[in-house]
Amino acid sequence: MLYVVIFFLFLAIVLYFLLGGADFGAGIIELFTSEDNKSRTRHTSYQAIGPVWEANHMWLIIAVVIMFVGFPVIYSDMCTYLHIPLLIMLLGITARGTAFAFRNYDAIKGKKTQSFYNRIFVYSSFITPLFLGIIAGSAISRQIDLNATDFLSAYIYGWFNLFSISVGLFTVALSGYLAAIYLIGEADNDKDVLRFIRKAKLMNILAVIFGGFVFITAGIEKVRLAYFIFGNPISLIAVITASISLLILWVMIYKGKRKIIRVFAAYQVTMILLAVGYMHFPYFIMTKNGQNLSLLTLHAPVKTIDALGWGLFIGSFIILPSLFYLYYSFQKKDEIV
Amino acid sequence: MNDFLAARSQMAISLGFHIIYSCIGMVMPLFMAVSHYKWIKTGDHVYKNITQAWSKGVAIFFATGAVSGTILSFELGLLWPKFMEHAGPIFGMPFSLEGVAFFIEAIALGFFLYGWNRFNKWFHWFTGVLVGVSGVISGILVVSANSWMNSPSGFDYINGQYTNIDPIKAMFNSSWFSEALHMTLAAFMATGFAVAGIHALMIARKRNIKFHTKAFKIAIVFGAIAAIVQPFSGDISAKNAAKKQPAKLAAMESYFHTQPYSPLVIGGIPDTAAKKVNYGIEIPGLLSFLVNDNFKQPVDGLDKIPMQNQPPIAVTHIAFEIMIAIGSVMMLIGILYFIALWKKRSWLIKKWFLYLFILSTPFGFIAVEAGWTVTEVGRQPWIIQGVMRTSEAVTPMPGIHYSFYLFTVVYFTLSVAVIFLLSRQIKMVSRLYSH
Repeated sequence: MLYVVIFFLFLAIVLYFLLGGADFGAGIIELFTSEDNKSRTRHTSYQAIGPVWEANHMWLIIAVVIMFVGFPVIYSDMCTYLHIPLLIMLLGITARGTAFAFRNYDAIKGKKTQSFYNRIFVYSSFITPLFLGIIAGSAISRQIDLNATDFLSAYIYGWFNLFSISVGLFTVALSGYLAAIYLIGEADNDKDVLRFIRKAKLMNILAVIFGGFVFITAGIEKVRLAYFIFGNPISLIAVITASISLLILWVMIYKGKRKIIRVFAAYQVTMILLAVGYMHFPYFIMTKNGQNLSLLTLHAPVKTIDALGWGLFIGSFIILPSLFYLYYSFQKKDEIV
Repeated sequence: MNDFLAARSQMAISLGFHIIYSCIGMVMPLFMAVSHYKWIKTGDHVYKNITQAWSKGVAIFFATGAVSGTILSFELGLLWPKFMEHAGPIFGMPFSLEGVAFFIEAIALGFFLYGWNRFNKWFHWFTGVLVGVSGVISGILVVSANSWMNSPSGFDYINGQYTNIDPIKAMFNSSWFSEALHMTLAAFMATGFAVAGIHALMIARKRNIKFHTKAFKIAIVFGAIAAIVQPFSGDISAKNAAKKQPAKLAAMESYFHTQPYSPLVIGGIPDTAAKKVNYGIEIPGLLSFLVNDNFKQPVDGLDKIPMQNQPPIAVTHIAFEIMIAIGSVMMLIGILYFIALWKKRSWLIKKWFLYLFILSTPFGFIAVEAGWTVTEVGRQPWIIQGVMRTSEAVTPMPGIHYSFYLFTVVYFTLSVAVIFLLSRQIKMVSRLYSH
């Protein structure tokens, strides 16, 4: 059962990254869109994420609940040493979630109020994945010091370091990339398609640059990233196939295949997460002193893991089909069932 | 402000706001479903308009409830890491099921809000019902986790170790039913009266009378029934507190000295130094009767509880009195509504009658906050009754008062924004729903 729980934990993280990430990305794309085209981008992304966007963010809740029920020691250490970035991420989630709802449900669509909601929406869409990435980076950065005695090394340096921030920026670029690829398939005219292709290209380039930063800063901070990725076959295969699929994706874009490309983009991001997750497994957080927090040893008692595993397993039979039906229903735009 | 007090204040303010957003978010979809049902059955467009108008309120409250809930699921760890480290595996089961229920709610909400003219009308209606039902289930599950803190079970606590953990037993701890029932009814009362009050105001101002009269009726029927049933559930809760948390009960009643024919004190200001209540009305034997079903048998007073294990008495007592007073008034107004409905229909359009409901708009939520204060402050100094002290659970990180100020600003801003949006929705009713 422990492995079932771990599977759902990673599933929730991957899906939050893909679905929530694409949502954040929509805001990032809006941020990088010129004033004239902003309302078109907003329109397309609202069409795309309106019905599903609350559901997309539920994966974070699922991941958190699995953490504190199944792996309470890891959750409690994470909350203690990464208190500040978690707090900023929460503020981002709050600002973004409410601004998105408010701009749709304000009965009077005033120019000033709308542009106020929009501003909050785009900036928080940037900050939230940045800090999500920083948190993820910190987990593997070996900078968290469980024996720290002073404020800075306990609560600041664990996450405020070059490597974690590079992972944060990389996450932002990936979110934007996912959203742009997704929006290419949602746009309803050629001009917008071309616009979103340009955005996808920009985000792809940024992702490569920030990905490079991640490796360079890993060298500076002595995170043995390259060793881990290229030292085991599964991570290596994941990285290679992801790179190949990136080439295929761009060929397809120029052949005018606008929907299928999102599968490739999702594949690439999943493979990156798989490579990172696999190379560190079973460690969830790696710390400065070499006390690595392992999912296989720091889990809740067996009875709890069993109950949690069954709960998730049965729950997924209700959630996944209905979620699928939700996406499916709103893909078929004009049909009335 | 020290870090411990700051952490408690931040938790209190987060829960204090979340409880309002989530009560409305879980109850309003059911109002909406009733009006939706009436529209499908009668074809009266007013009901369709009400459904759509309410659905916007639901969407706003769902969004704020979802983010404040996300904040809370992290705050448990951010503020109380030692508590979560031990309690997570024991009382976490309802949280994980709540995760599932909440997920279903979010999916159903997507179908409902964007599903007009897109699906079979009964399927569409059903998704709205599902939003409400899974919302209520989520609420019950979260309250069940809280009730475990009041009456912990499903583990053995030996030499500081938590062993023999049974998460299912913990979920069905002895307080879960009474607390879940009390909170669910409270949510219906508070939301019913609040929604009805706003529509009553619009009727009194003679705006879209047909629309607001029908909306008023749906909301108040829910609210009034819940208000009439609530005292019975309160009695179950109090009896349970007497058994599981005698200190809480004694503090609620400001009952200092154990004595036969234990008196019930109504009102008054407790003087903890002198161990007596000033200006209160004492009814001898009534507390004994309420707890033990006979007038003589003594109820344990605060003198039986060591000083260091006593909750803040004045706060608990006054909050309790506020809850009882408001609850009683709401029950009377509820009864009055049914009298008007069945015997005196002319009252329904009278000014004084409408103003009664306008005045009681915030009552339910004041009572909810007061009741929440009773259950949380009344449990102090414990975070897990009798097992772990709140002060042992707090985060080691210094400077929590900054995050307390920050979240205070966040919640006030959010609430102002929600009120602003709702008032604009109400203002636009005549324009948006004129057909």
